[in-house]
Amino acid sequence: MASNRMFIVSHAPFWHNGSGIARRNFATIVAALPALALGVIQYGLPAVGVVTLAVSTAMFWEWLLCKATRRPVTLGDGNAALLGLVLAMLVPATVPWWAVLTGTFLTIVIGQQIFGGIGSNPFHPVVLAMMILSISWATIFDFNAALVNYDLSFKAVYPLTVVKTFGSAGAEQFSALDLLLGRHIGGLGATFGLGLIAGGIYLMIRRIIRWEITVPFLAGIFVTALCFQTADANRFAGPMFHLLAGYTLVGAFFLLPEDSSSPVNTIAMVIYGFGGGVMAVLIRNIGVYVDGVLLAVLVMNLVSPLLDKIRPKALGKVG
Amino acid sequence: MTKLLSAGPNTPLMTYELLHQTPLGPQHITAAKDITLLVPGTFERREDLTVKVGDGVRTGQKISPFGPAGAYAVSSVTGTIRAIAPMSGDYGRRYTALTITKAPAEQTDDAFSGQAPTLETLLAFLRAAPGNPPLHLFAGAEPAVHTILVCGLDADLLVATNQYVIKAELAAVSRGIAILKEATGVPTVVIVVPRDLVQGFGHTGATALKAVDPIYPAANPHLIIHRLFGQEVPMGKSPADLGFALFSAESVAAIGKAFDTGRLPLDKTFTLVDKQGRKSILSARIGTPVADVLAAAGITTADRDRIIAGGPMTGAAVYSEEMPIRADTDALLVQAAGSFALTSDYPCVNCGECVRVCPARMQVNMLVRFLEAGQYSNAADLYDLDACIECGLCSYVCVAHIPIFQYIKLAKYELSRLNAAEAPNG
Repeated sequence: MASNRMFIVSHAPFWHNGSGIARRNFATIVAALPALALGVIQYGLPAVGVVTLAVSTAMFWEWLLCKATRRPVTLGDGNAALLGLVLAMLVPATVPWWAVLTGTFLTIVIGQQIFGGIGSNPFHPVVLAMMILSISWATIFDFNAALVNYDLSFKAVYPLTVVKTFGSAGAEQFSALDLLLGRHIGGLGATFGLGLIAGGIYLMIRRIIRWEITVPFLAGIFVTALCFQTADANRFAGPMFHLLAGYTLVGAFFLLPEDSSSPVNTIAMVIYGFGGGVMAVLIRNIGVYVDGVLLAVLVMNLVSPLLDKIRPKALGKVG
Repeated sequence: MTKLLSAGPNTPLMTYELLHQTPLGPQHITAAKDITLLVPGTFERREDLTVKVGDGVRTGQKISPFGPAGAYAVSSVTGTIRAIAPMSGDYGRRYTALTITKAPAEQTDDAFSGQAPTLETLLAFLRAAPGNPPLHLFAGAEPAVHTILVCGLDADLLVATNQYVIKAELAAVSRGIAILKEATGVPTVVIVVPRDLVQGFGHTGATALKAVDPIYPAANPHLIIHRLFGQEVPMGKSPADLGFALFSAESVAAIGKAFDTGRLPLDKTFTLVDKQGRKSILSARIGTPVADVLAAAGITTADRDRIIAGGPMTGAAVYSEEMPIRADTDALLVQAAGSFALTSDYPCVNCGECVRVCPARMQVNMLVRFLEAGQYSNAADLYDLDACIECGLCSYVCVAHIPIFQYIKLAKYELSRLNAAEAPNG
């Protein structure tokens, strides 16, 4: 009777819901594709070059770091590819190759790996990299200067710069429909409002990003922009403009809700999202920077651990 | 069910099996040759034991290897003790395994027959009854029990054992309730069943009938107390500390049957789930090897399969088919090699699924960081380790496949060892 079968012994539970990091990352990549597709259509081969270079170099840096630190190579989880892709969404299509290479290095190595890799980054790696890049080489990321040689079917001026310079009158050049359909310049995957919204809704339905962060963020943008507009309608653009221009939508769906750098408790997520929205418009309207979303994301990333202290009391906890 | 969840929203809503979804299997399985009884406790020298290899035992005979006052088992067969060996269970639990070779003819021990249904009799004979009645709660000067709960449902998924027992053996359950009331002096007995099965409990002698939502983990003891009685079990305490004694329906039925028939019940009812997920309810004598059960049910095993005593969320994998059916083995689950997800050493990505699914509202994402680093005291002090009610949902939803539940159990065990070691000094 004595059989000597080798059974697998492991700890409970013996079921799993089938989720996985790779599945989440690939779903996020899919969600980013519509917005990127329009960028590729508008800017042609240079855009393809930027996207492919960003994805491949991001993966290369992660591979190199894994090898250098003698850890298993984790490229299969899609994390480096996703970060490269998100970086590509934010940059102008004309960005030089060395800036992409530096950007992915900053993203993967400085933004994530030196903190301990996936799950340990306190900031969204791409946002951190973008801030370093745009402070270091401001002209490359000035969309007006970068895209000046493109022959586009719409006005080749960056909406946020126009508003910064000319006040709300500048915003009237851009209808909400233009902004939704990507008829304005910006990051090569950050201008197609409808595509970003479609991807974002898909991610929210899949529960890969949390609506508790995204919706309050958009609400924060709306409410703050409305306050500014009410205070001085000549100087400040309206809430719809701020919702659809610049990095707002890409921030709402791809930057702010990043797992590692965002809180997990409901109240904390709402404050985090709303605070991000308020900060973004504050920086846009009264700060020196043209777009405030990236800085707002960084600031909220910074307070995320603090916000997560707002947590429900555990079952049976006394006092 | 799990397929659907993996594609869609990650918030699991897993429903308990209901009895009508679980057919009866081959009614009764008998051991082929040997049975193994596990008595809690271990020994240093064989000579200290009151039994030795070669002793004859009769069916229903109480075996107390550590003397009359110690833990005991009840032999479920007639035969000869072939081997006595110490055995380790999970988390430092130690047993003495008595292997008994069956004799051709069955003789019944009659020490129990004619005993009056008093607390002393219950403690002396029925602590090892099928379903493991928690009679130890009535043994010492521990906090007084004011309410007995008779659980007509199982805490884990897939398992329909106690639902079956409370339906099929309601008369025995009623008799058991009467005996428990009489013997323990506890006036309040509450039957707990799934919401869909509340009909037909009019004459059980129970004080009240309470219904549990059929959604996992509502049948967890801590959540039963919380949701049905409005009391939160304090962190690190058990329902018994609040005066609730949870009996499985099967253990109450066993008590009823024992005094009705004058014989100690020996058959353990359990739910068997095969590799295809087909369920059936069967019974076997306590001590029957898992191999005999699988053979009788026509289940063949292969290397790298997984055999689980208990349900899919909280059971325990066994490493050998020689392991016996025990008094608390409510289910036996067989998973084919390659059909299950394995855990990984990936870091937590802070997605927050565990936090949102945790019924104890714990900060599992932060907790696991401390647990991975072995900082168990910090985990308990800062992130409420002791609030865990051990449902396993955190591991179930973890996108990084971290064995969170195992970390938590390990941490609790290590801390309890630490506290036990420090107690004499302080």
